[in-house]
Amino acid sequence: MAAIARDFKTLRLDQVSRRFGSVNALEDVTLEVERGEFIALLGPSGCGKSTALNCLAGLLQLTDGSIWLDATRIDGLKPEARGFGMVFQNYALFPHMSVRKNIAFGLRMQGRDRASIARKVEEGLALVHLETQGDKLPGQLSGGQQQRVAIARAIVIEPPLVLMDEPLSNLDAKLRLEMRGEIRRIHDSVGSTTIYVTHDQDEALSLADRVVVMRAGRVRQVGSPGELYARPAHADVAEFMGFRNLLAVPVARAGGGEAEITLGGARLKGTPVEALLDGTATVAIRPDDLVPGPDGPIRATAATVEYRGRDFFGTARMADGTELYFRSAARVEPGEALRLGADAARVLIYSGAKP
Amino acid sequence: MSTASLAARARSERPGLRIVLARHGIDGVTLLAVPSALFVLALFVYPFLYGLVLSLEPKAGGWLANYVKFFSDHFLYETIWNTLQLAIPSTLVNVLLSIPVALRVRRMKHQRLLTAILVLPITLGTVLVAEGLLNYLGPHGWLNRVLVDGGLIADPVRLIHNYWGVLIALFISIFPFTFLLTLSYVTGIDPSLEQAASTLGANARARFRHILLPLLAQGLAINFCLTFVQAFSVFPSAVLLGDPAGVTRVISIAAYTAAFEQYDYSMASAIAMIMGFSQLIIVAAVLASRGLVYRGPAGGAKG
Repeated sequence: MAAIARDFKTLRLDQVSRRFGSVNALEDVTLEVERGEFIALLGPSGCGKSTALNCLAGLLQLTDGSIWLDATRIDGLKPEARGFGMVFQNYALFPHMSVRKNIAFGLRMQGRDRASIARKVEEGLALVHLETQGDKLPGQLSGGQQQRVAIARAIVIEPPLVLMDEPLSNLDAKLRLEMRGEIRRIHDSVGSTTIYVTHDQDEALSLADRVVVMRAGRVRQVGSPGELYARPAHADVAEFMGFRNLLAVPVARAGGGEAEITLGGARLKGTPVEALLDGTATVAIRPDDLVPGPDGPIRATAATVEYRGRDFFGTARMADGTELYFRSAARVEPGEALRLGADAARVLIYSGAKP
Repeated sequence: MSTASLAARARSERPGLRIVLARHGIDGVTLLAVPSALFVLALFVYPFLYGLVLSLEPKAGGWLANYVKFFSDHFLYETIWNTLQLAIPSTLVNVLLSIPVALRVRRMKHQRLLTAILVLPITLGTVLVAEGLLNYLGPHGWLNRVLVDGGLIADPVRLIHNYWGVLIALFISIFPFTFLLTLSYVTGIDPSLEQAASTLGANARARFRHILLPLLAQGLAINFCLTFVQAFSVFPSAVLLGDPAGVTRVISIAAYTAAFEQYDYSMASAIAMIMGFSQLIIVAAVLASRGLVYRGPAGGAKG
């Protein structure tokens, strides 16, 4: 079996494509991952992120393109020859083996001697805090414990790359937050390279060093969580990053790194993200950034208001019926007339009408 | 009403019959089990007990005379051995061969078509299969013609009216059944388990040995029992394709002879009882050994 070096420098996907019949699940995906990075593949369901992961693991063949680990081309290798640790969405623990045997499986396949397997398994159990559960069968564990066994099993073989396919989606909210921290802690303490698939933007932003946003089989943007949060490169990425106010608007004035658009009869200053080609644009504002104030330019009437602890979030209608999502620190009653405004830096303007 | 009288009333009021029954999980729906219970009583329990009593009332001698006769006459007791010689090899071949076929079929696109073709022999029935094989495997049948004319062998192989004819017939008529059962067990195994094993470095052989086989073992044991029981009661092909006076004189032929040639129903019942208990011993042995293998669900996630 061809052993792959754990201390690789770069993993490179070069114009990777995967078709199912006439459907392009993955199209021209090019990406470079440095050793030690934590990368999140983020996108709505059906965007191709899991397909990308399966292609990396070798569980799916590519229809086009290549995958490289430094100078070694690996897309023709079988999964067992790649030796990437994978954590499955349903955990895929072997139900007939104890926790210890599950974790030992990959080490046994590597043909290590008993003593070193036993030592590594104990290290793995300690890493995921399951020292006392080693002799149980997976069916006797809770969901969170099973999840940790799955992670330990993938990591003890010291894979060059750890692949995780929505590993937290089957857990409840509290456990999900807890395990999120655990996953990052394990990544840092083992020094592995992790590629993590998720549809949850919070998860991606809080875990990853870099986030790859995908849509319809294509990579839309690659960036640090901060970059993505503050300045999505496209309107569809903005939509996915929580810019719920996404409206097609006429451009009133553009130039010099600033632009003005017309929204509900009012003029609003914003930041153009792309070169504005013609008279129409798409404006993107987070509900968080659209707040009522004494000199807000947009006149609207509050429609629904929801209390969410610190602040109130609600919808408001402009005179033409368009709905806006806003935040307010003070209580707002439905039917109340509001003057909404946003900081020009937080109003992003994209070229062309909304996709 | 005072507290005292309330307590007295609670004590005197016993829960109704309906409530008592409901606590034991019995309600109106339970009545739906009655027809099948009657069916089992009328078609299985009654004939079985009737046969047992009949076997203990022999034409001559004490109440165990039939059983004594069976186990002292080598022409009779050897039928058990003859039957086992056919049933165990054919069952083993069926079960073992069904595993690779099922594993392959699981991944095929036209799974249904292939399954339909494989299942066809069941619908044809054993007699038709036996008749067909008689022509196909006979000294002037297609198989021998091809082999002799092709210069592969000098003389035709004898495949009918002996042990091999019956074995082949048993295989052809029971394999579809065994295959379908194995296929259902194989498809019950979560494919992500095999994928997980492969990412952990297990090649196809290791995946089969460490993942598939242990998860299939339980189902294969049950499959073995059901296939064995069918093979053990072989009758038409043993008569038509075999040597019913010699090596393929199986136990069902002995029972048939006693009942319809010697008109000794008591003896025939005794043979049927012995046949039943022989099967039971093998089935019990196989099922007892199941305790050694994993018996839980074959899924990767919490159930």
